[in-house]
Amino acid sequence: MESVVKQKVLALNGDEAVAYAAKQSDVDVVAAYPVTPQTIIVEKFSEYVANGEVETEFVCVESEHSAMTACLTASATGARTFTATAAPGLALMHEMLFVASGCRAPVVMAVANRALSAPINIHGDHSDTMAERDSGWIQIYAENSQEAYDSVVQAFRIAENMEVLLPVIVGLDGFTLSHTLENVHGLPDGVVRKFVGNRQFPLVTSHEGKAVPFKLDTEKPITIGPLALQNYYFEFKRQQEDGMTNALKIIRQVHKEYAQISGRQYGDGLLEPYNLEDAEIAVICLGSTAGTVKTVVNDLRAEGVKAGLLRIRTFRPLPVEGIIKALQNVKAVAVMDRSMSFGGHGGPVFHEVRHVLYDVSEHPYVVNYIYGLGGRDTGPSQIREIYEDLQRILQTQRVEKPVQYVGLRE
Amino acid sequence: MFSEWKFTAKDIAKKPDLFTSGHRACAGCAPATVLRLVMKAVRGPTIATNVTGCMEVVSTIYPYTSWAVPWVHTAFENAGANASGIEAAIKILKKKGRIKQGQIDVIAFAGDGGTYDIGIQALSGAVERGHDFLYVLYDNEAYMNTGIQRSGGTPHGASTTTSPAGAVIPGKLEYKKPIADIMVAHEMPYVATASPYYWRDLITKARKGIEVNGPAFLHAFAPCPRGWRSDPSKSIELSRLAVETCIFPLWEAVNGEYQLSAPSKVIALRPDREKPVKEYLQMQGRFRHLFTPKFEKVTEQIQRITDERWQRLLKKCGMSTTA
Repeated sequence: MESVVKQKVLALNGDEAVAYAAKQSDVDVVAAYPVTPQTIIVEKFSEYVANGEVETEFVCVESEHSAMTACLTASATGARTFTATAAPGLALMHEMLFVASGCRAPVVMAVANRALSAPINIHGDHSDTMAERDSGWIQIYAENSQEAYDSVVQAFRIAENMEVLLPVIVGLDGFTLSHTLENVHGLPDGVVRKFVGNRQFPLVTSHEGKAVPFKLDTEKPITIGPLALQNYYFEFKRQQEDGMTNALKIIRQVHKEYAQISGRQYGDGLLEPYNLEDAEIAVICLGSTAGTVKTVVNDLRAEGVKAGLLRIRTFRPLPVEGIIKALQNVKAVAVMDRSMSFGGHGGPVFHEVRHVLYDVSEHPYVVNYIYGLGGRDTGPSQIREIYEDLQRILQTQRVEKPVQYVGLRE
Repeated sequence: MFSEWKFTAKDIAKKPDLFTSGHRACAGCAPATVLRLVMKAVRGPTIATNVTGCMEVVSTIYPYTSWAVPWVHTAFENAGANASGIEAAIKILKKKGRIKQGQIDVIAFAGDGGTYDIGIQALSGAVERGHDFLYVLYDNEAYMNTGIQRSGGTPHGASTTTSPAGAVIPGKLEYKKPIADIMVAHEMPYVATASPYYWRDLITKARKGIEVNGPAFLHAFAPCPRGWRSDPSKSIELSRLAVETCIFPLWEAVNGEYQLSAPSKVIALRPDREKPVKEYLQMQGRFRHLFTPKFEKVTEQIQRITDERWQRLLKKCGMSTTA
């Protein structure tokens, strides 16, 4: 077993931490387009290129659609690729996200989570990545800049793993993380380089019946991105689902291996439970809000309230078994959603948690709180109110409003 | 700038096809001929990319492929970006020693819809960034893959399913966008037009586009019997007539310097050899309505526009505008 390595403490905001991780990960091609609040990532990376600090071909494309396209074809040519974007840019990429996962291109992308227009708003929420939850990308949400850094390094190993071979989004909350300075422990360059290793390629059967590496190799030509009709398309899609299933195992493995050298871990890499063992009431959330929830849990615990938190770090693939197990003793759960599913009776995380718990014979009360849209702050007192609601539900054994909004004028 | 590559018809016949037979293009499909000819021009290891369109769907129906070179398709509007990513990867992987081959060329194929309309942004961006690749536009003058809808490349007066000739409207009202001139305006090193009838000219130009350092744009005329409502056996004849009527003149612009290619130069020197556009139009069902009394003026207008464009081209080529 490897021991924890000595690390530098760097003062970085979330975007800089992401760029730093990409710099250390021996990325071959970065194709990106600026968009708030991600811009610092591409700016920082261009500086690395300008100063000769990276061996990377930086393609400063004319749109996010082209950014994702160029990452995809560079990846198909055998390159390790990285890009970054946020709400409108991610929405413009929408078409290409499905193509990238369908072509099994292990692109890694940081998303500085931001609200979708209209009205136009540059601040943090999860509507951008939640709109892409069915695009076949793995989704990891960071709680702080340190985790954003750690997750980007891990993402290359996860994406390129031959049992997975799927693209990965690392989400960091716009401004709350992307623009806020934090102490970030950075691993030495050589350690990261060794951790990510060189990209490997699975063997596939070519049209000539030969076993060849899955990439555009002029000595072993294959056709990538063909037309597959009624007789084959479905099988392609089913194989993607296998990649997702395998990712549940690989994300945990990579996370564990990384913890051994960094000394940092986030639950099992999929879910991070906090004071959940004996909790009667719990909040579920993603991203930076978990930091605020943790302080509230500490306060409540000091008051003798059996409160806990389950942070979903990996939202795709959804850790179904893990969620069931983590909540087995909880009697009332509040799911916090930082995006809306209009007309869908609650937010997407709420839908999925409730759906997972349907298979449990005695499931807890599950209610939904939509919060923080367009960057609206959600403070400890508001989260405390959520826990108080959960206590009330347990006392009255009744849910009055399954879906509520936090800090909203109504 | 260019090698002295010389070839005979025999050389070309002997050179293995990299865009192979067995694809499912229609009888008389000139785009398929264009692709085959372009792939005869390759000089060594090559990666091809194709955007969505006829040539993509007919050549890669899984688990079959007509491509003997590595080939990738991702979407419709992004031929330029496809090529950008491939080229960038080749560059860096060669530098890092992970690609051992010396020169690897990149060719992007797109139709008129994928070039004039939905793909022009990605194309313009890729050319502005100066990626080293050849872009081949196979222009069959409408969205043929989806059933003959008009594009920015559809000529004036053509009836398509979204610019149908009706009781009051004589087919497409707008004019064909001068896409190759737009590409010359990018100050790119090589732009050329080609027609499959003049196969030697087409192969030579494709080779020049491959050899040039930086982006090259080849605009290939490509009749479509289904969409043009023309006889499948006449596609190559139409490719010739388009040049002879000056509807589709052949030229190249090396570093922005226009010069006429031989088949069009002949007409410039001997204007009496220019054929009337009617000869070309009347072979195609998409212009059938123009030969009714109601719309006969449109044919005259097409002749007028063709003449104007031809005169403008002659000026660009530094040729005197003879009467």
